[in-house]
Amino acid sequence: MADILVLAEQQLGKLAKASLHAIGAAKILAEKTGGTFEIAVAGQGVAGVAAQLAGFGAAGVVALEHDALAQYTAQAYAQAFGNYAKASGARFVVTAATSIGKDCAPRIAARLGAGMAADIISIEGAAGALVYRRPMWAGNVIAHVKVNTPTVVVSVRPTDFPAAEATGTASLVQSQAASVDAGSLRMQYVGLEKVESSRPSLTDASVVVSGGRGLKEPANFALVEKLADTLGGAVGASRAVVDSGWVPNDWQVGQTGKVVAPKLYIAVGISGAIQHLAGMKGSRTIVAINKDADAPIFQVADYGLVADLFGVVPELTDKLAARKG
Amino acid sequence: MKILVTAKRVTDPYSKIVLKPDRSGIQTDNVEFKMNPFCEIAVEEALRLVDAAGGGEIIVVAVGDEEATKEVRTALAMGADRGYLIEADESKLDSDIVARLLVALVAKESPDLVMLGKQAIDGDNNQVAQLTAEYLGWPQATFAYKVELTDGGKGAKVQREVDGGVETVQVSLPAVVTTDLRLNEPRYASLPGIMKAKKKPLETLTPADLGVDTALKVETVGFEPPPSRAAGVKVKTVDELIEKLATEAKAI
Ligand SMILES: Cc1cc2nc3c(=O)[nH]c(=O)nc-3n(C[C@H](O)[C@H](O)[C@H](O)COP(=O)(O)OP(=O)(O)OC[C@H]3O[C@@H](n4cnc5c(N)ncnc54)[C@H](O)[C@@H]3O)c2cc1C
Ligand SMILES: Nc1ncnc2c1ncn2[C@@H]1O[C@H](COP(=O)(O)O)[C@@H](O)[C@H]1O
Repeated sequence: MADILVLAEQQLGKLAKASLHAIGAAKILAEKTGGTFEIAVAGQGVAGVAAQLAGFGAAGVVALEHDALAQYTAQAYAQAFGNYAKASGARFVVTAATSIGKDCAPRIAARLGAGMAADIISIEGAAGALVYRRPMWAGNVIAHVKVNTPTVVVSVRPTDFPAAEATGTASLVQSQAASVDAGSLRMQYVGLEKVESSRPSLTDASVVVSGGRGLKEPANFALVEKLADTLGGAVGASRAVVDSGWVPNDWQVGQTGKVVAPKLYIAVGISGAIQHLAGMKGSRTIVAINKDADAPIFQVADYGLVADLFGVVPELTDKLAARKG
Repeated sequence: MKILVTAKRVTDPYSKIVLKPDRSGIQTDNVEFKMNPFCEIAVEEALRLVDAAGGGEIIVVAVGDEEATKEVRTALAMGADRGYLIEADESKLDSDIVARLLVALVAKESPDLVMLGKQAIDGDNNQVAQLTAEYLGWPQATFAYKVELTDGGKGAKVQREVDGGVETVQVSLPAVVTTDLRLNEPRYASLPGIMKAKKKPLETLTPADLGVDTALKVETVGFEPPPSRAAGVKVKTVDELIEKLATEAKAI
């Protein structure tokens, strides 16, 4: 079987876009090692998702099916993926560093006796001497790590690997019963309070507008949302305003929140603490709007506007809307 | 309710971290060290859960060099009952070794819950808890936003911060839980707490005492500074900003 196994993520039959970046990383790994890759997806009734994964150049796509996988839980998914990886003899297991990837991949590593390189941003070196680059200390340092075990698990930072593109040739898609010991499971999914939004998701959007404590009160966050909507972008936030309960938790950008790298990132009333920068400094163009000319956010901003946000943000929104016509 | 909780010693999150010129590691002069913020949240939650359960014991552990005794004492001063320092050279640890040390300690102590931080803010690995849970064959609830004991202390309902919202899972104990930022606001150690902590039991062990092999599965072989961004420009007006975004950056 293939040397590389990519774990694709789905929820309620919908493939996570981050998984395309994991496939992108697997392709890089396959080039370096001269091997092939296979894609596995787990769930209940996921043949449709598996079929969607057929065009990416994988040696095969497998749907691992089990009643206990109807909703994601760490224990069941680690068994399904871990047992399949073991049976397939894969030497590399690749997943995206999403909240599910972060939750599940180390458990899979434990099942395989594998070392795991988490949240990697590149794969360097040649087969037999691979080195993974990964940020540490909120991205203040990039570490080079090597994994000494015969089997290796990596979680990849989606923003740093290209999304795989369809190649046209279809892979063989199969379904099989997942190996899950239902009797050993001691956790259940209860529910998800989903943050409903018609906006693009934070990690996929090409424009992100984020707001911070400079907005003073929750109602003013509408200024940020309006600017984002004018640009067709997503909305993000600093930890400070998430902690204050102004916006949903999953809008937090940063070291311990989401990592984003859009074409355009606009930081409004955000000071630019290192933990925030860790989540957005890979953006192509960064704009900062802050009334304090010494705010650290200006050190990473391509364009800095030192001004009172309450004046300039509505002006910017109106003028951008007028430009669009 | 018996809870095992961690107190990892890390660089202060607000210290500026830079590499040494020879890139062998980070410069530590002028850098403060303290308990990992996510561990502080774990200690706080353990204190609250033991209260909610009507009593119990909290055991705190740090893996690291002798200096990490300070973080164990801090947790004891916050209210934990007993502590362990597992003495090991920080530069010769990986997540898997820490996890297997915790597994060995679990075998010794049989806690109902193991509470850890979701990540250590130095290594940013986000692995130890999940590895520990799998080795133990226990359920886990990572990135906890709210933890409630259920079934008379035999289970826990945990709300978790995930991509797309807040998920709820039900786990039966024993289980591993990791804390996210909004779970609670950790208390400060009080002066009487600090005095009392000095007399609380603190045992030092080595990996060998716990029978844990310390061969590294994951090894850091080098460091580099992050790519720096070219200095940008300040614009004076909204019109100038729009003009630059349109013509120079081609971002709109
Ligand atoms: C363990 C840990 C993890 C963390 N993780 C994250 C993370 O993932 N993401 C994150 O963002 N933070 C994180 N933080 C928090 C981080 O350190 C900062 O506290 C936070 O980012 C600050 O948010 P802020 O910039 O909105 O607020 P502040 O730092 O208070 O900045 C507000 C800014 O608004 C400006 N301002 C005020 N009024 C106006 C006005 N009228 N017009 C224009 N500008 C104005 C001010 O000049 C100031 O620069 C973490 C911290 C810790 C300890
Ligand atoms: N050396 C250590 N001593 C004690 N606890 C640790 C240590 N390393 C990691 N942990 C715990 O494991 C969590 C996750 O760490 P990590 O996987 O390294 O990001 C931390 O928040 C701590 O709770």
